[in-house]
Amino acid sequence: MGNDVFEITVNFIKMVVIFLMMVQLVPLLVWVERRACAYMQNRFGPNRVGPLGLTQLLADAVKFITKEEFAPGNGNKFMFYAAPVIALIPATLALNAIPLSIPINVASFEWLGHTWGPYIFKFQGYDFNIGIVFVLAVSSLAAYSLLLAGYGSANKFAMYGALRASAQTISYELAMGLSLVGILLLFNTFSFSEIVTAQSGPLSFYFFGKVITVASVPNWGIIYQPVGAVLLMAAMFAETNRLPFDLPEAEGELVAGYHTEYGGIKMNMFYIGEYGHMLVASALMVIFYFGGCTIYPWLTPDTVNAWFANYGGTTASILTAFVLFAVMMAKILFFLWFFVWVRWTLPRFRYDQLMDLGWKTMLPWALGNTIVTAVVIFIMRTKW
Amino acid sequence: MSQLVPVFVLSIFVVVFGIIIEIVANICSTAGKKTSTKLESYECGLPSDQSGPTRIPIKFYLTAILFILFDIEIIFMYPWALTYGDFISSGLGAYILGSMGFFLLVFIFGLFWEVKSKALEWE
Repeated sequence: MGNDVFEITVNFIKMVVIFLMMVQLVPLLVWVERRACAYMQNRFGPNRVGPLGLTQLLADAVKFITKEEFAPGNGNKFMFYAAPVIALIPATLALNAIPLSIPINVASFEWLGHTWGPYIFKFQGYDFNIGIVFVLAVSSLAAYSLLLAGYGSANKFAMYGALRASAQTISYELAMGLSLVGILLLFNTFSFSEIVTAQSGPLSFYFFGKVITVASVPNWGIIYQPVGAVLLMAAMFAETNRLPFDLPEAEGELVAGYHTEYGGIKMNMFYIGEYGHMLVASALMVIFYFGGCTIYPWLTPDTVNAWFANYGGTTASILTAFVLFAVMMAKILFFLWFFVWVRWTLPRFRYDQLMDLGWKTMLPWALGNTIVTAVVIFIMRTKW
Repeated sequence: MSQLVPVFVLSIFVVVFGIIIEIVANICSTAGKKTSTKLESYECGLPSDQSGPTRIPIKFYLTAILFILFDIEIIFMYPWALTYGDFISSGLGAYILGSMGFFLLVFIFGLFWEVKSKALEWE
């Protein structure tokens, strides 16, 4: 985690802040979701508590905490209480592996009679050179918390909800994993920061062995991989159990699915897990297809750093990183809004349609996308 | 291995955070009477007639098995995609494309056979 006390402390605080950011985004997103739903259905939504109803969720939190806590009599108490805690882990671990901005360079400084050497603080919890594989592996652990919740509640509805959730998650994981192969073929790396760096320049590609550069168009993945982007987005909706794929909690059939027996703060923890997953999904979409924290002609690490040139090394580096972090968050928030938008626009699938879409439509399309990408890259990059 | 230390630290932190929230909620919870009706499974309002564990359709098991097969095949494509550019720039592009072409043929045959044998039909 670091070489001295200062670095270890900063790295630990960084991880905790990213986790708390994820937890804090949940009330905000629930508010956005309820207001958006109300506007789309010609209602007002929560608008009584505080300005625009913004403190509604604080009032809700108080109610959640003071609710009576009990576990169903014939269920497994340990599993019942463990499931909400486990629901928090996958999204947190995945979000911490994603770079939210460029690294901060801190020059060496004197403090408490000791010279603290130059540091590089990554704008993420930890940076792996196999970040993509790590995020895919960790985020698929979410199925365990749903299964534990369903099994521990000893309830038919909860059990069926959990089964549906796990079957759906693993089916769409195939399409998700395969739609990413196109991006890997393009950039030839498993590291998120290298993918972002590759997308921060002008559009440049091989054309029969020659490099062609188009100025003033960003080198974003969406330009090379439109099919992959659509497939990944659709698979993400299924992975996060959101409408139109929210069969695990279809009210008409299963009451509330895997959290039928839950109430109060324990149910809220499942929500934190779900919204955290949405956050991770949006961040992945932004990193792979929309240039991460950069927008090429105006907001790249170099141009932003030039704004703050006369502040000197460390300050300029920190300001640059935070401006690019704001860019990244703006893009992420757009995709989070997209999740809400789709939820209140599309109706729900039937379960057999859902499985057919995953196995018989999206998997072949992702396969075709991979083959076409591989062949085109082979033809274009080879020097004939 | 030392790369993974922050992951373990963060996991422990999140678990402790979750347990503390549950303890706080238990302390703050309004105490109600624990009647036997309250502790029953939530169903339609009638007393539950369920005895023993819920029976699970075999379909889910089959889906899980098929998932493992296909997921391993997809994982094999990741290192291939990683080294693809290097192989092309060193002039071995046709070789690496051909090898993966054969692998994909097996993959597509498997998928086709699976659809044909109605392993993916949900009714």
